[in-house]
Amino acid sequence: MAATETQTSGPRPDILVTIGLLLAGLIGAVLATARSADPLFQFHGYIFMLAFAAALGVLVLGLGGGRVKFDSSRYEDGVIRAGVIASMFWAVVGLLVGVVIAAQLTWPNLFYFPDYGWLNFGRLRPVHTSGVIFAFGGNVLITTSFYVVQRTCKARLAGGIAPWFVFWGYQLFIVLAATGYVTGITESREYAEPEWYVDIWLTIVWVAYLLVFLGTIWKRREPHIYVANWFYLSFIVTIAMLHIVNNLSLPINLLSTKSYSLFTGVQDALTQWWYAHNAVGFFLTTGFLAIMYYFVPKRAEKPVYSYRLSIVHFWSLIFIYIWAGPHHLHYTALPQWTQTLGMTFSVMLWMPSWGGMINGLMTISGAWDKLRTDPVLRMLVVSIAFYGMSTFEGPLMSIRTVNGLSHYTDWGIGHVHSGALGWVGFVSFGALYCLTPWLWKRTRLYSNALVEWHFWIATLGLLLYICAMWVSGIMEGLMWREYTKEGFLAHTFVESVSAKHMLYAIRTLGGVFYLSGALIMAYNLWRTARGDVRANEPSLPEIAPATALAAAE
Amino acid sequence: MSASKRPKPPAAPVETTGHEWDGIRELDTPLPRWWLIVWYITILFSIGYWIAMPAWPGLKGYTHGLLHRSDRAEVVKALDDLSVQRGLLGKKLLTADLKAIEADPELQSYAMAAGQAAFGDNCATCHGAGGAGAAGYPNLRDDVWLWGGGLEDIHRTIQHGVRSGRPDARVSMMPAFGRDGVLKSGEINDLTAYVTALSRRPADRAAVRRAAPIYAQQCVVCHGPAGKGVQAMGAPDLTDQDWLYGSSPSAIQQQIWNGQGGVMPAWQGRFSEETIKALAVYVHVNAGGR
Repeated sequence: MAATETQTSGPRPDILVTIGLLLAGLIGAVLATARSADPLFQFHGYIFMLAFAAALGVLVLGLGGGRVKFDSSRYEDGVIRAGVIASMFWAVVGLLVGVVIAAQLTWPNLFYFPDYGWLNFGRLRPVHTSGVIFAFGGNVLITTSFYVVQRTCKARLAGGIAPWFVFWGYQLFIVLAATGYVTGITESREYAEPEWYVDIWLTIVWVAYLLVFLGTIWKRREPHIYVANWFYLSFIVTIAMLHIVNNLSLPINLLSTKSYSLFTGVQDALTQWWYAHNAVGFFLTTGFLAIMYYFVPKRAEKPVYSYRLSIVHFWSLIFIYIWAGPHHLHYTALPQWTQTLGMTFSVMLWMPSWGGMINGLMTISGAWDKLRTDPVLRMLVVSIAFYGMSTFEGPLMSIRTVNGLSHYTDWGIGHVHSGALGWVGFVSFGALYCLTPWLWKRTRLYSNALVEWHFWIATLGLLLYICAMWVSGIMEGLMWREYTKEGFLAHTFVESVSAKHMLYAIRTLGGVFYLSGALIMAYNLWRTARGDVRANEPSLPEIAPATALAAAE
Repeated sequence: MSASKRPKPPAAPVETTGHEWDGIRELDTPLPRWWLIVWYITILFSIGYWIAMPAWPGLKGYTHGLLHRSDRAEVVKALDDLSVQRGLLGKKLLTADLKAIEADPELQSYAMAAGQAAFGDNCATCHGAGGAGAAGYPNLRDDVWLWGGGLEDIHRTIQHGVRSGRPDARVSMMPAFGRDGVLKSGEINDLTAYVTALSRRPADRAAVRRAAPIYAQQCVVCHGPAGKGVQAMGAPDLTDQDWLYGSSPSAIQQQIWNGQGGVMPAWQGRFSEETIKALAVYVHVNAGGR
């Protein structure tokens, strides 16, 4: 297990292999771009070329100038620092686009140019969803997993330069996805919109990620694998499976952006919702539970509440989650027995989900006083509370009769955002607030007062958001099903739309608040990384010192 | 494993597992009882639901459940219930003729309710929620009718549409005099003045005089010598204040140049005959019922 890396003087094999692959990629991109007749395909070809050429330049110059150096006696933290910056950057971008599309839903003529579709709601919406889920959330997951797996395995990241390939390859995926959406390249599969060649690129990156993660666990110097790593591993493996199966498609031409899914009709719908539901389950749940399992005990300086609960809820969660997708297709052409299974598995999922909440909250027992003084820990705790609320609301909404009211309404949007803003957002913010001083070797954050500001403004924003969506969702659900005494629909669809106008404005305001919080955070992290400490901060207990950077032995 | 530098956690009733990762330890607390009980309850509920409802697939078909519930059957039943709720009036709507529907107050109010529901989700998109129309989409609340405002006329228009491609559709075609090169742009400018003058608005007299022979040659066939239009041909009256594509000189000039003609879908086959009748009554009554 303890494969000790030694520093070699000659060019390292992993760098040579990467250079070879980049060269092959560059030549492939040049040829494909030159031969394609599809301008959008060419556009993406140029992005590939630019990325490969830049990476080659950095590697070759870095290697020639001796600047690419690895100190294998230390943890690989450079890629994690880059990941913290990327996470914060994409958080701001994703949230900003969210505010824009929330405003577009309120005032539909905003950024609507009939002759240019780039800023239409339909194109910006996937930029927002992919931006917050995959760009922000994905970067947080990759970043924290790289940090946590090293610390809890006492091993440097495996694969030499591979973690950097994972990091930059993932950023390239994000850029390709987002530029594709605004220019109109889409598979029209929710949360899986990128076209076939971007999917293949992500598959390559993701397999490299899996290998780096597994390789690090393989050479660990701890007898047992820490619970956070189970969760990370289940997230990486399952996302690979979901991504590949849901994106099985046939390009109309290998030099074209367009492809068609291998699935049709209701099978297609079920595959899509199996994917999308488990993206929630394995990306937004297990991945972020892994973050919770490391950062909450670390920050609270308390042992994890129950090892047994972590085993039972881990296995029950991943076993049951994977079957729950059909609840997205209640009262559709999907056979009723499939709907039954989707619903009942969702109901049985409630307690396994809450196992994580119990383990997170009870870990803090004995340290509740810290919530008053440590806004970062408070953020982590509130995220667990929102996790508990959303994972109760989810099974509730999966019950067919409840779903009959909630489906297709803003209640769904509210549910998703209580999970996304409350759980995923806050637990990520908490982790980034912990990581920044640790990684830049600062004793504390620039300002705890700014964390307080972030916490309260974001909490207010998210409450405005979800309350507005609950009200508008239930209102439109009731309007759609109301009949007159003669037996005709009492409201037209457009009446239900115009009735929501003020609630949409409140939602937009909530989004502005939440985005403002993220901007405050970005500023705070930047000053922290620079090593500043805000003057006149009331003295607060200092943040837990960074763990020893050098790998043991 | 290196020993933690951190002090031990305060005396907890439960032991840790003995492992430690980066300073993190785990207690070996048993599963919370309430948690386990609620979980068992959800599992029992699910098993009960599987027994009662369609649930598990087999090689052939699936388990139908003791309650023999089926969404399809429930949709059929819901539609039956609806038709019971709509009662006799719904059936009378189908058999009664349009005039009789309008004459019977009870039937008329039922038709208005049915028409309103159908109008709001289907017709309002173009004609507006109140039926007042928009540029290019006729106003249904006034007395100006391209294809006739009688009950039967409206009924037929709804059934077959305008330029819908159906054999019985209302069809008229304003030629694109400019785009197709039939008239020169100077002639079209003159005609614009002529048409403006027809609706008793100030216009360049010389241009009007120059346009008179062109009007007589190209426009009279449909719009008539006085510009009053011919309803049977769907040719609009040019002397009134009602302009489908705009009354400004530039709008009129555009229309002569391009000859726009809107499309209204045929609703026969998409709506039931009762709904089409209800809509005809709804539109007719709202327009004043003449």
